[in-house]
Amino acid sequence: MAALDALGPVERERVVRQRRRGLGVVFWAAIAWIALILAVAAFANLLPLRDPDHTALLARRALPSAAHLLGTDALGRDILARAIFGARASLGIGLLAPLLATLVGASLGLVAGYLRGWIETLLVGATDVLLAFPPLVLALAIVAYLGQSVVNVIIVLAILTVPSVARIARAATLAVREREFVTAARASGASHARILLKEILPNILLPLGAFFLVLVAITIVAESILSFLGLGVPPPAPSWGSMIAEGRDSLDEAPHIAFIPAGVMFLTVLAFNLVGDTLRAITDPRRGT
Amino acid sequence: MAGSGTVQLRDEPMLLRVERLVLEYGAGNYRVHAVSDVSFDLKRGETLGLVGESGCGKSTLGRAVLQLVQPTSGRVLFDGVELTAAKGEALRRLRRRLQLIFQDPIASLNPRRRVGDIVAEPLIIAGVKDAAERAQRVRAVLEAVGLDPDLVQRRRPHEFSGGQCQRISIARALVLEPDLVICDEPVSALDVSIRAQILNLLEDMKARYGLTLIFIAHDLAVVKAVSDRVAVMYLGKLCEIGPAEQVFEHPAHPYTALLLQAIPLPDPDAPLPQAVAAGEPPSPIAPPSGCRFRTRCPMAQGRCAEEEPQMRAIRPDQFVACHFTTGDLIQ
Amino acid sequence: MSAALLEVEKLSVALMTERGPLHAVAGLNLTLAPSRSLGIVGESGSGKTMLARAILRLLPRNATVGGSVRFDGRDLLGMPLDALRRLRGRELAVVFQDPMTSLNPVLTVGSQIAEALSEHMGLGAHAAALRAVELLAEVGIPEPGRRARQYPHQLSGGMRQRVAIAIALSCEPRLLIADEPTTALDVTVQAQILDLIGREQQRRQMALILITHDLGVVAGRTDEVAVMYAGRIVEHAPTCDLFKQMRSPYAEALLQAIPKLDAPPHTRLRAIGGAPPDPTRLPPGCAFSPRCRYAQERCRREAPPLLGEAGGHQFACWLPLAERAALEA
Repeated sequence: MAALDALGPVERERVVRQRRRGLGVVFWAAIAWIALILAVAAFANLLPLRDPDHTALLARRALPSAAHLLGTDALGRDILARAIFGARASLGIGLLAPLLATLVGASLGLVAGYLRGWIETLLVGATDVLLAFPPLVLALAIVAYLGQSVVNVIIVLAILTVPSVARIARAATLAVREREFVTAARASGASHARILLKEILPNILLPLGAFFLVLVAITIVAESILSFLGLGVPPPAPSWGSMIAEGRDSLDEAPHIAFIPAGVMFLTVLAFNLVGDTLRAITDPRRGT
Repeated sequence: MAGSGTVQLRDEPMLLRVERLVLEYGAGNYRVHAVSDVSFDLKRGETLGLVGESGCGKSTLGRAVLQLVQPTSGRVLFDGVELTAAKGEALRRLRRRLQLIFQDPIASLNPRRRVGDIVAEPLIIAGVKDAAERAQRVRAVLEAVGLDPDLVQRRRPHEFSGGQCQRISIARALVLEPDLVICDEPVSALDVSIRAQILNLLEDMKARYGLTLIFIAHDLAVVKAVSDRVAVMYLGKLCEIGPAEQVFEHPAHPYTALLLQAIPLPDPDAPLPQAVAAGEPPSPIAPPSGCRFRTRCPMAQGRCAEEEPQMRAIRPDQFVACHFTTGDLIQ
Repeated sequence: MSAALLEVEKLSVALMTERGPLHAVAGLNLTLAPSRSLGIVGESGSGKTMLARAILRLLPRNATVGGSVRFDGRDLLGMPLDALRRLRGRELAVVFQDPMTSLNPVLTVGSQIAEALSEHMGLGAHAAALRAVELLAEVGIPEPGRRARQYPHQLSGGMRQRVAIAIALSCEPRLLIADEPTTALDVTVQAQILDLIGREQQRRQMALILITHDLGVVAGRTDEVAVMYAGRIVEHAPTCDLFKQMRSPYAEALLQAIPKLDAPPHTRLRAIGGAPPDPTRLPPGCAFSPRCRYAQERCRREAPPLLGEAGGHQFACWLPLAERAALEA
């Protein structure tokens, strides 16, 4: 076999190890908060908390004290306990609904963006129609029809966000399918399924992931709105939105009843947004592709 | 539509035979005539250089031969099998014997996958189930292209330079040991000092794997360095085809002569290229009637607008589509 | 003896990247007399584009510049911004590689030329418009009146580049910097554009810096040639002298690595091993030493300076030619 030219050593130095840029204090603080809130919500049963449903009419609207670290609400229930158990509902819905929406929406967007033709036209039309509905009215209608429960809330919120996810997935797919490595896969004889799974999907995961985190933030707020309106998690189970609703009447006497759950929700939503935004920034195509 | 002719097709059994291939897309007033009635053949072990400037349809022709874009009409015969009629699974199986190397080495590799997986992919698609066998073949082909498998397999494309990515791309194309490889401008995106390495590598691979190549480029010197035969295209049509040395030494078509003349030579004493042809290539949407080159040809006459020239033999193995003979050309 | 129009002394450009400082240009010296043409040849990463941008002060934010650049005796690097703006486009003009991105897609071609004229020459709108049409004719665009009213996307690549040249020439610059002006164009159009630039340079007696990666482009079109590698000039000579005998191993290897049109088919090319160096991790000695066939111990330790007198045949290499020939044999 003809000798190859002297190439010089395969540059070991040349192999670039991408050094991760420091992501900033704010980013890590957000991660810490999310981790804390998730841990606390998951292990709520193991924590030394008061019973969130135990009413104590003698200790109503109490300010934070040694007995009740965050005070009590209008019915004497411990706010700290309710906030933590409320986190279970809010976070649970906040994570499950986007997850469901992403699984369904991404699949639809992927297939529509890759195959194009009538499938794409159908999807685009359907998402346009769904997005045109006033979301709250749609939520109201569905809950009224299906009944009020945690599962139904998840379904409603998932349905409302599928169109956005599908759009993002489709746009990302359209961009990736034109790239040469996809043509290379076709030239090797790969089937459509293989191309979708091995070539296109890995390349749209990052934008989808970043969007997912932002969706979580949005869903937490959406759930709180539904609960505030009485359409969400059925009482007496706490959720941040219903706690805010319950605190509405006590705003002049004991504003902490509404503000504490609002504050916790604010911090959580902010944290998810920050993490989602930072991830979106670092997955920008300028990074090495 | 008047064709450019098929007289240049040879009689012996050929590995590849392209007959009157036409590729047009768009509709109505915006119909792009990317490839118009091109015929050529390729013997096993030959390298055909396909040259032309942007818009001439050479890249489109390469993809049309591989059926990556659907030809409008015409036939492609690969080892006796009609490629244009093959569909689905049959086509996918044939695809393994025909491979493509792209211009942009980094874009042709999936940035999210490791190099080892990228090179192994064609084997998986072809149904090589044994992981050990795949690993061994990947290793062998990476070494053949001059890369150390242990250093490159676990890494991702963005960690490599353009030249190294092109080697990976070549490895992927060769892992199935194809019969025909179409190289679409494989060195144009690389630095000058790397081009020679890759060109030498392609020659070595051709010898080692017994490949037949179609080498598409716009740089004539590069094409001459690797080709046995050369075909010159302009605006979707074949202008001239013949043995490389002969076409370069005695160009029969005015466009070939123009191309040769326009190349800036790294020799200060050489005469400067005379910009003989005015203007620029017209758009492939509304190509000129008759001979498509007539708008820029210094020898154009009335006949050129009315009658499209057919391919004819000017020497035993050299064919040209022009109304005039070599003697009338500017030298 | 006319004073130099452009004097670059110990110019260095460093870019801050996440992997550490990237030395795009390192200690570069250059002088250019008025109405002389200089070709700068280098591959990607050689620093040739950064050099052009440093002269024009069009560097990115994360760049640190050292050394000095003097244009007609005036310090360019320290000049206040408004004085620099008066200079740019007027006495110092530039043509970039891709005319599609260097022209504004939403303005007509004529108005872009006229804009430069009003800005720098103080012409009124009507006079500027007329002169714009004249300039389009001068750069060889047929039907200039009609074309002036068109938008860049309606013109072909070659014509857009002619427009970019017209804009550059509109204010009678004394120095034109052309950064890879024909790389994006077809070879037949390339010849036309290079002819145009050469013709205008002769006619207006302006200085020209022609930056390219193609040795063929500078041969026969420039008075002198400088070859760059890893941010330094490794050879600088009058064009004829350079091509007669290349004295730096890199330039010599580069010329040998190019496929020649007059060689027979399947000629084995003399490739240069390895790859252009990573500008963030330059070797301590000569940047070309890892790939040089004559490399010695000294080359790997110390980077050779540019030897020879200005105006003559300068090159940077420790090995004298005679020794090299012996090694070759």
